[in-house]
Amino acid sequence: MTSPIEILNVTKRFGGHAALSDISATADGGLVTGLVGPDGAGKTTLIRLMTGLLAPNKGAIRLMGFDTQTNGPDVQNEIGYMPQRFGLYEDLTVQENLNLYADLRGLPQPERAATFDRLLEFTALKPFTTRFAGKLSGGMKQKLGIACALIRTPRVLLLDEPSVGVDPISRRELWRMVQDLKDEGIAVIWSTAYLDEAERCDRVLLLNEGKLLFNGAPGDLTSRIKDRVFQLRGIKGDRRAALTACLETEGVIDGVIQGDTVRVVVGVDKNGPKDLHAELRKAAPGADIVAVEPRFEDAFIDTLGGSHGGRSALAACVAEKKRGGPVIEARGLTKTFGDFTAAKDITFAIPPGEIFGLLGPNGAGKSTTFKMLCGLLKPTRGEGRVAGFDLRRAAADARNRLGYMAQKFSLYGDLSVRQNLDFFASVYGLGGAIKRGKIDSMIETFDLGAYLNTNAKLLPLGFKQRLALACAVMHEPDALFLDEPTSGVDPITRREFWGHINGLVAKGVAILVTTHFMDEAEYCDRIALIYRGETIALGSPDDLKARAVSSENPEPSLEDAFIHLVEASEASEEAAA
Amino acid sequence: MWRRLRALIVKELLAVLRDPRGRFILIGPPLLQIFLFSYAATLDVRNIEIGVLNRDGGRVSAEFLQQLDGAPVIAGITQLSNLAEVREAIDNRRVIAVLHFGQEFSRDVAAGRPASVQVILDGRRSNSSQIVFGYLSSIASGVSNAVTLSAANSDSGPHGGSNIAVRHWFNANLNDIWFIVPSLLGTLTLLIALTVTGQSVARERELGTVDQLMVSPLRVGEILIGKTVPPLLIGLAQTTAFLAIATLYFQVPFRGSLLLLYLSVIFFLAAVIGVGLFISSIAQTQQQAFLGTFMFTSPAILLSGFATPIENMPGWLQIITMGNPLRHFLVIVRGVFLKGMPALDVLANIAPLVLIAAFTLTTAAWLFRARME
Amino acid sequence: MSENAPSTGRARRFLALLRKESIQILRDPSSILIAFVLPIILLFLFGYGVSLDANHVRIGVAVEASSEPSQSLAASFRASRFFDVTEARDRRALVPLLIAGKIRGIVVIPASFGEDAARNVRTTAIQVITDGSEPNTAKFVENYAQGVWSNWAAGRQSAASMTQPVSLEPRYWFNPELTSRYYLVPGVIAIVMALVGTLLTALVVAREWERGTMEAMMATPISVAELILGKLIPYFVLGLGAMALCTAIAIFVFGVPFRGSFLALLLISAAFLLPALGQGLLISAATKNQFVASQAALLSGFLPAFLLSGFIYEIGSMPTIIQYITYIIPARYLIPSLQTVFLAGDIWPLFLTDIAAMLGIGAVFVFLTARTTRKSLE
Repeated sequence: MTSPIEILNVTKRFGGHAALSDISATADGGLVTGLVGPDGAGKTTLIRLMTGLLAPNKGAIRLMGFDTQTNGPDVQNEIGYMPQRFGLYEDLTVQENLNLYADLRGLPQPERAATFDRLLEFTALKPFTTRFAGKLSGGMKQKLGIACALIRTPRVLLLDEPSVGVDPISRRELWRMVQDLKDEGIAVIWSTAYLDEAERCDRVLLLNEGKLLFNGAPGDLTSRIKDRVFQLRGIKGDRRAALTACLETEGVIDGVIQGDTVRVVVGVDKNGPKDLHAELRKAAPGADIVAVEPRFEDAFIDTLGGSHGGRSALAACVAEKKRGGPVIEARGLTKTFGDFTAAKDITFAIPPGEIFGLLGPNGAGKSTTFKMLCGLLKPTRGEGRVAGFDLRRAAADARNRLGYMAQKFSLYGDLSVRQNLDFFASVYGLGGAIKRGKIDSMIETFDLGAYLNTNAKLLPLGFKQRLALACAVMHEPDALFLDEPTSGVDPITRREFWGHINGLVAKGVAILVTTHFMDEAEYCDRIALIYRGETIALGSPDDLKARAVSSENPEPSLEDAFIHLVEASEASEEAAA
Repeated sequence: MWRRLRALIVKELLAVLRDPRGRFILIGPPLLQIFLFSYAATLDVRNIEIGVLNRDGGRVSAEFLQQLDGAPVIAGITQLSNLAEVREAIDNRRVIAVLHFGQEFSRDVAAGRPASVQVILDGRRSNSSQIVFGYLSSIASGVSNAVTLSAANSDSGPHGGSNIAVRHWFNANLNDIWFIVPSLLGTLTLLIALTVTGQSVARERELGTVDQLMVSPLRVGEILIGKTVPPLLIGLAQTTAFLAIATLYFQVPFRGSLLLLYLSVIFFLAAVIGVGLFISSIAQTQQQAFLGTFMFTSPAILLSGFATPIENMPGWLQIITMGNPLRHFLVIVRGVFLKGMPALDVLANIAPLVLIAAFTLTTAAWLFRARME
Repeated sequence: MSENAPSTGRARRFLALLRKESIQILRDPSSILIAFVLPIILLFLFGYGVSLDANHVRIGVAVEASSEPSQSLAASFRASRFFDVTEARDRRALVPLLIAGKIRGIVVIPASFGEDAARNVRTTAIQVITDGSEPNTAKFVENYAQGVWSNWAAGRQSAASMTQPVSLEPRYWFNPELTSRYYLVPGVIAIVMALVGTLLTALVVAREWERGTMEAMMATPISVAELILGKLIPYFVLGLGAMALCTAIAIFVFGVPFRGSFLALLLISAAFLLPALGQGLLISAATKNQFVASQAALLSGFLPAFLLSGFIYEIGSMPTIIQYITYIIPARYLIPSLQTVFLAGDIWPLFLTDIAAMLGIGAVFVFLTARTTRKSLE
């Protein structure tokens, strides 16, 4: 039997740029095939080719034996497809969206009641059938999108980045749903930029810059680096400094921070592990070196030839900050919208040189808190302070001391790189020789020289990232606000980014980060978990993990901890009520 | 503060000018409109098709038809033989008017009896019909002249010669373009300034750059000025380009003070930008901004005195037009271009612009502040 | 499988599209705004505000020497329903008013006028100065002044000596009172339908492209024809709805006569909506961006419907090249038919030629749309 999806030597070009070059692969029924790679790798293009909405320049794709180009309607009869942003009509209700797709897919009338019932049950959307799709949370939209794609059980289900903008709880539920589908024999294609999701797939197509780097079970890739991944536990002193030192150690090809530990991947050893261990111990004094299971991301970095060194050129040109009282302070921050309390009595203080994370499910109040602290939202009660300045009474002084970088690339796309730098430098009051010097050093630090006259929106993603960071830190802020700073970014760029952040922290900058990504959360010194507008947990990533330890799960991940804590809070709320 | 403002203004200008769509908006539609309006929007009636039902056959009707044929505005004359054909020709809009000479026409004229020609006009196009009737009347008086002259065969009589000497000041030949082009200077400036301002905040909101501005040390007031000055500069540049086209290409005379014109342009733009900021502050998306702009511009242009004179409107509507910046500005442009309007009159028309600008800008600032929280 | 199973499936699919589109129209404030609010505003503006017949032109009359004839002539000007008169002894008092735009013309009755008129020597001409900066008004001033003068002269001479041996006796068919509202209001209906058909459709479909819902639709087994028709029909109905609303207001609020049949009105409007909607769909399919679509629709739909349709400006008076352009503007065929069905009655030869032209243009647009909207994202 042939596979339901066959991709045969497909090349797709847009203009002169090859979005996909010579891809061949298959995907089978009853399996989840992950289409994995950073933004711009060609994932969406490949999915659109599978739907028949794009035509390949070379090669062909066959779905259920039908050629996508010559038998478009047959192909479209067999697939369920959820595009990015879910393809929902936001001004229709949940039920109306389902009805529409049921009619379009020709679901027979007698089967409808049962099908809707099953899908609504499955997606837990039953209580919301009359709600407009536009008013649903990200997680709910995504479930509805999948329900619409599943109206008539397809043979092939194509999901384009279903986990973007969705919190860990919804992500986990979604994953559970997909496992059920797989059991029905459906071939599921799941595209994602998050490498941790790749591990859960049965098979993975790893794409990078339009090329297929790997095709097989994720375990096959990770097994390549077996015995080459270590965790350095119990580091005495600063783990960020230890990471930097490790990355400069000969033979270490990758390293990241995981809570209180540092995770390193070493190259195929030349001098024997003993020597390397000694080197690592030197870099991270007092650390125990424990061999751990490799992750997909470790293997991906290895495939790409390792990440860059750990010393941040950015930090080198930033002056040491004065250490003193807290840089960012939330004092009883409360925000109400009508009779809805989005954030209630949030209090914490971030000292210089600390990374503080705000985590929480969608709509729980973490972005409200974040916005109040960087001055985008006026608190109903309580106060926020940055560098000692009250955000309400001395807004301009406070804002002069903070830098801000949002998840969505929010620079001026029609302005060139230099014009963006120039604008943000001036906005923060830099002028004359100081401004010129600062801009030049940013260009050098971030290697933007080749793109100075390019419009910002045309930059490759990694360079957008650099430019955004450059604009946010040019005025050497005391506090840096990051909103999902590395979502969708390839792991190498992400490491480079966090390298800079770690460098800044070492100089005494305080960082507030809000994120859905546990990778980013692991870099934090402390995390506040916000749920239903309140802080339900505050502590280091390892503290939070420790709270979720149970007999079934002796070594919970941060994501496990997140879900455990939210569910526990929910349970105690219900018990109280 | 100056440095920040300058950066904002430069950024705003670059954002408009570097965006291909922004450049298109500044150049494409205005050019198209200048040429379309200047050449197509004439209330003149030319190339007229006339029907004739001639039951007379005498000398005077022949004279009439000859003069008709010679008139430059008449494109064609259709001979009709009965009333059914008259109805058919008018109904199907083959002719706009039919001249009906009765059987006794020439004889009546010869006998010195009052002789009249019936003119049937298409009332579906009443404005053009009236103008056509005007042409026909002057041909009729020409015929009268010829008839009386030949009857009296002398030049002594005072009869016939019009005793009204008409002089059209400021535009002796009543050239429509001299009216339309200066008026377009007003309407197009309104459109551009409104589109640019209306889109600016909405675009930043859609792109997420508004947050980036709000977390920077910029004060709301500075952002507002940063949003006001660039459309003002663009508007002034546009006006300058337009002045050049009007005077050099269309040869419209410019008789007044350039300084006064620019002064009034500034206040006019300020009033319009206020409206644009107002729309922009309310609109969440660029589409809403577009609709808002459209909802404002259509009435503003209709009630400006461009399409039709203000004094034809009912009193209550005339009062409403007092709040329309374009209305006051058009008086100034036409006055300055063609009439060489003295400073005092220009200032009298700038005064309401100042009031309107003060109102729209403060309202917009208040709303902008409220929406930014 | 029975033969008709796929066809009922198709019917259901199609009905689902129609239902979806209708619900969206009803919930979308911008469609309500363009299809119902804007038409009412435009109708009232054109009904009350825009009138091309100058009824109360402000003029100045300078009576340079008081005498019985000059006073009598001045009184005639005052009595005219066309003029609002400001009187002065000297024209120099009136010139600044003319420059300020407060009056549109000056009638100068010279000092010698009284004597000459009394002696029945008519060499002294009265002088009319108009404000040429507004040529249309200037022409009205000229014509009305001429009219007042002739009437006055005729009254003085009491038919004893006819000034004009040949006179014209005008009869305005269909609109004897020359109410400009009567012909403007049908024109507004044309503009409103152009707005609904082209602007609204372009915006809405471009929005589907932007939001990615078009992509989700295309990945279903639906065909391009269904997709296009599913868009055409609801907006077609909406366009007819806007037309009906405008017609009702025109007849009942503005008292515009309706002498034709509703069937004819329906056919004419339906024929116009085909090219208008086709144009809107084509724009959205070609641009896939709301901002560009709105500007393109404005320039290619609204502006020509206003300028090049014969609504206010006579096509015959335009330069030849522009006249050729008007042949591809659907509104050019709509306006005469609408004015006719309202004011003149059912004149089928006129309607049928216009309808044929509109359907022809419409067919071209729909064909181009179908070609542009292949099921492809490229």
